[in-house]
Amino acid sequence: MQISGAQMVIESLIAEGVETVFGYPGGAIMNVYDEIYKQDKFQHILTRHEQAAVHAAEGYSKVSGKVGVSMITSGPGFTNAVTGLADAYMDSIPLVVISGQVPMSLIGTDAFQEIDAVGISRSCTKHNYLVTDAKDLPRILKEAFYIARTGRPGPVHVDIPKDVTAQIAEFNYDIELNLETYKPHVKGNPRQIKKAMEAIANAKRPLFYLGGGIINANAAYEVRDLVHTTGIPAVETFMARGTLSCDDKLLVGMLGMHGSYAANMAMSETDLVIALGARFDDRVTGKLSEFAKNAGVIHVDIDPASISKLVNANYPIVGDIKNVVTEMLKLVSMVESENYEPWRETIENFAELHPLTFHEDTPNIKPQWVIKRVGELLGDNANISTDVGQHQMWTAQFYPFTRPRQFISSGGLGTMGFGFPAAMGVKAAVPEKISVNFTGDGSILMNCQELMTAVEKKLPVINIILNNNFLGMVRQWQTLFYNKRHSETDLSVQPDFVKLAEAFGGIGYRVTTKKEFDAALKDAIEKNIVAFIEVKVERFENVMPMVPSGGSLFNMMLLEKKESE
Amino acid sequence: MKDNNERRVVSVIVVNEASVLSRITDLFSGRGYNITSLTVAPIPESKYSRLTIVTSGSVRVIEQITKQLHKLIPVLRVYEHADLVEKEMALVKFPITENISDISAICNAYNGKIVNVGHDVIITMVTDESKRVDHYLEAIKKYNPKEIARSGAVALER
Repeated sequence: MQISGAQMVIESLIAEGVETVFGYPGGAIMNVYDEIYKQDKFQHILTRHEQAAVHAAEGYSKVSGKVGVSMITSGPGFTNAVTGLADAYMDSIPLVVISGQVPMSLIGTDAFQEIDAVGISRSCTKHNYLVTDAKDLPRILKEAFYIARTGRPGPVHVDIPKDVTAQIAEFNYDIELNLETYKPHVKGNPRQIKKAMEAIANAKRPLFYLGGGIINANAAYEVRDLVHTTGIPAVETFMARGTLSCDDKLLVGMLGMHGSYAANMAMSETDLVIALGARFDDRVTGKLSEFAKNAGVIHVDIDPASISKLVNANYPIVGDIKNVVTEMLKLVSMVESENYEPWRETIENFAELHPLTFHEDTPNIKPQWVIKRVGELLGDNANISTDVGQHQMWTAQFYPFTRPRQFISSGGLGTMGFGFPAAMGVKAAVPEKISVNFTGDGSILMNCQELMTAVEKKLPVINIILNNNFLGMVRQWQTLFYNKRHSETDLSVQPDFVKLAEAFGGIGYRVTTKKEFDAALKDAIEKNIVAFIEVKVERFENVMPMVPSGGSLFNMMLLEKKESE
Repeated sequence: MKDNNERRVVSVIVVNEASVLSRITDLFSGRGYNITSLTVAPIPESKYSRLTIVTSGSVRVIEQITKQLHKLIPVLRVYEHADLVEKEMALVKFPITENISDISAICNAYNGKIVNVGHDVIITMVTDESKRVDHYLEAIKKYNPKEIARSGAVALER
């Protein structure tokens, strides 16, 4: 079949089963948009900023497990999308991002809207391509999807010059890929797996350290089996929230900088860390030399480079988590669950000593209450996304997650402005669930233009703005570590969030009491249009407990009886 | 980590395609690894090229370098050499007025010779292990070399 490069893009997306593309047109990508206009196999969602197009594709991918697709033009269209690429790279989200480029004859001439796109995306993508001939397009797009979703997933960027999208060439998508240099290692080494199980059987205080890789590998239910049959307690990273259900007795909690006392103490006292798809990030480990100091380490990961990068692994296992955990389950009879009873009791004592909680000691609503309340009212019925900052940590701490892919947040890169567009992507993928975005008065203004997209495409995301008139997380650090010099973090000057939502055709609420909040949430769900619920919360609330940056996990600042400020 | 920095030679076999060299060098600069020297040339009758990178770092850093290199999609193989034959070439230009027989004798000691004689200058070539090339360049200092070009190392496993 002889077709144009632009038609090839469309045919390839259809062949990949793509149902939704998030994008923004412009000069260099117009040939492709012309073909989008002519087809009806997938929907295109026009965001109002390229960064939002990529974040929406990320949200879509994270909640559904499918490859997210985003399309943008050259130059500023591409540079706006870079934050999304970097975000997806850090959190291992499979994306294919297609950008237009100036025609081949103009590359290198500083042409209008020209930028060295593959040069920029090289360090923030799993792989990238500059297509120089339309005959390569089907192979490159097929490789792009394959590379994005296999191994350790990640974003792949395909840059296509305008003349290549106009060029006519032979199209055949039904080709065998022959990637000699890319062969992800899926199956774990059986001998290593057996050794690891022996180590577990011999340990007195083993601890599962569950990471986001479990969710990427769709292995949460196998991991639940392994946790339950062994009776070994588990801590989750921020990225792994929802791997175990919040009511699971063996779930100790989230660990790390804002992890629970029990989780951080368990990690400090364990004699065997069983890391599944986790990467020992600095926000998790605190001071590395003190991290799980007396423990052996089993580390299962699809990415060999993650193993022994920061913490030496005694039992390294490279492989797909689902595959490895399934093999571990076959050997589970080696492990005696009763042996860990004293260890489970120790951990229960930690949890009783300093439970994860907050004080409702002010007339203003506490932000944590809002999150807990939404959990009580919506629970499993909502998918939850967040922006970045205090509200994000409180959501990870207090929302009762019950399933994988329920929590969508920017973990590695920490991208403010991620939440709202991501929640739109979530809603587009799973319309039957309520899509809630917890956000702050700082974050929401980065990408609030997406109100327009949400109104136009009927994506009724409920944005709950926990408004403390501060850039709260930075303010917290300034209070604690910079002698209360609140440099440039006071956000007292603000838009009218209610009017802002209304200006775009959405709905806005401003609430100061719990009763008003319940009513606003109920109304927003009934109205079924994009909403801003601005909640005036206690200004100086801190996220607690906290391991100060570079400190040891067992040296936490804990919740005081009375917050002082 | 700095105290136990070790010199290492790493060979990388990569698909010979556009921007593959940038992928490698971006990885080194982005992750803060050192490159002491880098050579690259296509492998005859194949679609691959061989890069020889001389780097340094602690054991952990070297392990990360090989793993991160391997993670790049166009990388076929990464060898971190233990037992290897390693050679480097240096071209040096001297004024013709210097003591040519002395220079020639020193070159001989380092697998080298005079390869060009012009009106004003002579050019010598030596090919030896990188460390011996260092010594050679030290030895010829007093003959006022005008220009020095070193190739960077190439290596093969024994």
